[in-house]
Amino acid sequence: MSEGIALHWRLIPERYNLIGSACKTCGTKFFPSRDLCPDCRRKGRIESYTFSGEGEVFAFTVVHAPPPGLEYMKPYIAAIIRLAEGPLITAQIVDCKPEEVKVGGKVRMVFRKIVAEGPEGIIKYGYKFRLVK
Amino acid sequence: MSKAVGIIGVGITKFGEFWEKNYRDLITEAGLKAMKDAGIEGKDVDELYVGSMTPGMFINQEHVAALVADYAGLTGIPATRVEAACASGGLALRQAYLNIRSGLSDIVVVGGVEKMTDVSVSTATVALAGAADEEWEVFHGATFPALYALMAQRHMIEYGTKEEHMAMVAVKNHKNGALNPNAQYQFEITIDKVMKSAPIAPPIKLLDCSPISDGAAVLVLASQEKIKELRKDNAVWILGSGQASDTLALHDRKSLCKTESAVKASRTAYSMAGVTPEDIDFAEVHDCFTIAEIMAIEALGFCNLGEGGKMTESGETELDGRKPVNTSGGLKSKGHPVGATGIAQAIEATLQLRGQADRRQVADAKIGLTHNVGGSGATCAVHVYGRELK
Repeated sequence: MSEGIALHWRLIPERYNLIGSACKTCGTKFFPSRDLCPDCRRKGRIESYTFSGEGEVFAFTVVHAPPPGLEYMKPYIAAIIRLAEGPLITAQIVDCKPEEVKVGGKVRMVFRKIVAEGPEGIIKYGYKFRLVK
Repeated sequence: MSKAVGIIGVGITKFGEFWEKNYRDLITEAGLKAMKDAGIEGKDVDELYVGSMTPGMFINQEHVAALVADYAGLTGIPATRVEAACASGGLALRQAYLNIRSGLSDIVVVGGVEKMTDVSVSTATVALAGAADEEWEVFHGATFPALYALMAQRHMIEYGTKEEHMAMVAVKNHKNGALNPNAQYQFEITIDKVMKSAPIAPPIKLLDCSPISDGAAVLVLASQEKIKELRKDNAVWILGSGQASDTLALHDRKSLCKTESAVKASRTAYSMAGVTPEDIDFAEVHDCFTIAEIMAIEALGFCNLGEGGKMTESGETELDGRKPVNTSGGLKSKGHPVGATGIAQAIEATLQLRGQADRRQVADAKIGLTHNVGGSGATCAVHVYGRELK
């Protein structure tokens, strides 16, 4: 959790706006973005791709033993979300109780604070997901 | 096999929380035991490998291979650290094996060590999280128990595995660990106790998790020619060595509950050894969480995909079962000083094949296997061992 400011700044397109990439050759979408398509390799043509933020719950758990920096969220829901466009990503599900979450349930991306590095440290933002009711 | 490799010496420390011992004490203690067991002197050693995950974060020390050679009195020989998270030991073993197979060396010492309890539990958790994808898993709140919980949930949905099946793994491994004088937890537990233990990341509970541990383990490997020259009648042969990788992040896998790296690494090792899963008399598998043992016995081909829970329930993986798994107590009960784990598994295999496993002895064990996993499965090393050279 102690990554630097430059690292977070580099990842802002992905973390703030779900901008990944896609291979024009085979149509596969990547999140996070990849510069090399593992299937097409040098024949692949990679371009930027913005995901819709729609998806569904593929798997989830409730974290009772959080890492440093995330104690403020305890307990929180950690999940793997299947984005509507295909890729699976790891993210938190918020604004609901764990009992309300179901595998296969629809979710939508929201922009939230992820972690604050101490009272004077930078606040890092990014995507989380909410249930679509 | 052009240049067979055997294990001629083993040495291990007790695993646990040792405030009075430091990193170099632990590995030197295990190393001296292994050298004594092998009946060789320092001058006989051609090369050294050390598996260690993250001493930089646990004790603020990198460059540990030279340090280990130094304190082992072996300064001068090539010394190399190998890192692949929790599979560091298994990969170090493979590098040592390949070194002898290549014809470069006759005797290679390979150790594994981790000193995890000098830091707080939360610092240790951060260090271990480095085995996952920092930017796309850890940042978003996925801890290691959480990642294995996601695998467990999918396993339960796709195959009907129950939490009780996972609890049975913990109970069995504690039963075996209670017979291992080097184990961190030498006591038995019950299914009820596991089921009622504190939630960590449901369905994973406290007693589904392996502990944080200090410890070291060392093997002495030798070429077939050297074993003949030294007349090592109790040498245990490495019949097959397989290694594979998978995506670093769990979410990038085709399936959350089929460990492809273990499937690939085991098939390579089986093929090299000329054996099938049926030929394996016992196995040490990477049960960092109880669901991991269920997935391991499936990936290794001991049962069909999805049947690991049922196989555990049937008692086949018990010490007196058809296919004993984790006779040492596994990571769960023996302890999991990450870098040492892969080497400690090979030591249990060696003791079983020598007939020196005492109260844990598997009757007439001829062929054994070890399965060492890094992270959530991005690295896997599988080795097959034999009492006889095939």
